[in-house]
Amino acid sequence: MHLLKKAWAWFDDRTDLSKVLGPILRHPVPPGTGWKYVFGSATLFSFFVQVVTGIALATAYVSSAGQAYDALQWITNKAAFGNILRGMHYFGASAMVLMAGIHMIRTFLTGSYKFPREMNWILGVVLLGLTILMGFTGQLLRWDQDGVWSTIVAAEQAGRVPLIGHWLAKLILGGTTVGGATLSRFFAYHVFFIPALIFAFVGLHLFLVLRHGISEPPRAGHPVDPKTYKAWYADLLKREGRPFWPDAAWRDVVFGVAVVIGIVVLAWIFGPPQLTGPPDPTIIEAYPRPDWYLLWYFAVLAQLPHGTESYVIVLAPLTAGLVLLLLPIFFNKGERSPSRRPWAVAIVILAIIGIGTLWIAGQRSPWSPDFSARPLSPETVHASNGPIADGAQLFYRKGCEYCHTVSGQGGQRGPDLTAVGDRLTADQMTIRILNGGNNMPAYAGNLKPQELNALLAFLRSRDPAAQANSKQEK
Amino acid sequence: MNPDCGNITPQRRKFLARLSLGLGGLGAAFVGVPVLGFLLRPLLSSVAEEWRSVGRTDSFQQGHTVEVSFQDASPLAWAGVTGKTAAWLRREGDHRFTAFSVNCTHLGCPVRWLPDADLFMCPCHGGVYYKNGEVAAGPPPKPLTQYPVRVRGGLVEILTRPTPIT
Repeated sequence: MHLLKKAWAWFDDRTDLSKVLGPILRHPVPPGTGWKYVFGSATLFSFFVQVVTGIALATAYVSSAGQAYDALQWITNKAAFGNILRGMHYFGASAMVLMAGIHMIRTFLTGSYKFPREMNWILGVVLLGLTILMGFTGQLLRWDQDGVWSTIVAAEQAGRVPLIGHWLAKLILGGTTVGGATLSRFFAYHVFFIPALIFAFVGLHLFLVLRHGISEPPRAGHPVDPKTYKAWYADLLKREGRPFWPDAAWRDVVFGVAVVIGIVVLAWIFGPPQLTGPPDPTIIEAYPRPDWYLLWYFAVLAQLPHGTESYVIVLAPLTAGLVLLLLPIFFNKGERSPSRRPWAVAIVILAIIGIGTLWIAGQRSPWSPDFSARPLSPETVHASNGPIADGAQLFYRKGCEYCHTVSGQGGQRGPDLTAVGDRLTADQMTIRILNGGNNMPAYAGNLKPQELNALLAFLRSRDPAAQANSKQEK
Repeated sequence: MNPDCGNITPQRRKFLARLSLGLGGLGAAFVGVPVLGFLLRPLLSSVAEEWRSVGRTDSFQQGHTVEVSFQDASPLAWAGVTGKTAAWLRREGDHRFTAFSVNCTHLGCPVRWLPDADLFMCPCHGGVYYKNGEVAAGPPPKPLTQYPVRVRGGLVEILTRPTPIT
């Protein structure tokens, strides 16, 4: 024991480790920070989980377009701990996005981005962008059908950028089509480029946290005045500051470790996201969907009014990024307390409701045809032969059911037709079917007269009230 | 530290600082040009185009649309299945074929062919096209892209093309 102590004393003397790290760990923090201040460190904890699990996964991953999918199958189904490791990497990514989001909301609501911490906010916005890029590139590395088609969707979006769009698309694909050069690039982005940037920006972010100190919990009626704030803050720390380690750090550790355990438990219970089919671009049966953190944006892309897309696809992310980056430049002083900043609270609530609504919409994706729809059962049709039954068959075969629901079966793209017989006359239906509509193809060239009649007979019979009456008569 | 030490004049000090920064930049450029060139090579290399046979002419029925697949122009050895591309081929007449890209012009998802409805439908955001590739419904801004097709020696051939970017 004595020897160990001596060895440490020698090591510490030659490296000056405790002299350098001690003051950093014990830097004074303002009182009363409490549990609201743990989300930044929880993001960092999640990032560490990503680094560790990512490095482990990289020891078995094969960044070859032709073999990555097989490697993933092997990691998931054969390799010891492979399944839980992939799960941890997935839930770690989810935790990182979630914690970064909450951390951002907290710093926004408490006005912590105001003077002198503007750069800290800006670096945080860059880190959030990098985190989302990690999520997107990581999802591609699964290199299943979703991965391949997400790459193409990304290239198509980049292609909408004026002037340089086609170059960007080529750089994303690593050529002019998805192929051998595509995956290696994403692998390099995901494991070298972006993590290197994240390390650098986290370093700067933390450096500035130490430099300017943790923002004190806001008090209503104590606005930030750039002329006096620094002196006032230094005085506050002198009077009431307490060492970060361990007075405040213990909460970061408690919450951070809880998050880490949560990641492992979720990975253990739910496992990683299922791999979809092989990355073969000739398999047309694909339903490309982004992971949950981008699902709301998938909904945005579906809901855009005609003609605005090219602008929105390019300008929306750009504007959102700029607004976030410039926020502290334009609003760097004044009240910090949320009780005096109703607009800030309203913006957060609106953003959460907006993204939440889009997220639910993305989950249900009612705009997508439901290719899993099966022919309607005779019980639903109320006929097993004759024109109504023929019409029901046509309703399925002509693809109507992919977009229209009848008695709970079918897609949701178009109106529910369960009771259409009560709503539209045969003439109105004919016009709609033959000419199409807003979002409906015209079937004029596709239906023979007797087919149209059968379809009309079926649709006219979609009248629950009349069906109930006829049942009673029977 | 005494800045007046060593008989270095302020001008000389300025020169040395600029020299160091300039040399640093030069070194970075020497390394950077090949690195950037390598990263940007997809923009520098020209696009090869090849005629690929997708089947015998008589294996396609008139008025029918079927999926065909072919190898990309010059797939890398490790591309595996990703070196393939699919197209929807429609026989219009004895020697007339139309080949549509499977990529929806909205955001590139693979459209499906519904033979009874004579429609292409996209699973992502609900784009729909008629059998001639014209937009029937949904968000696509333009018709399905077509590949050049020709008939040679009883074989239908498609000219490989870049993935269409709208």
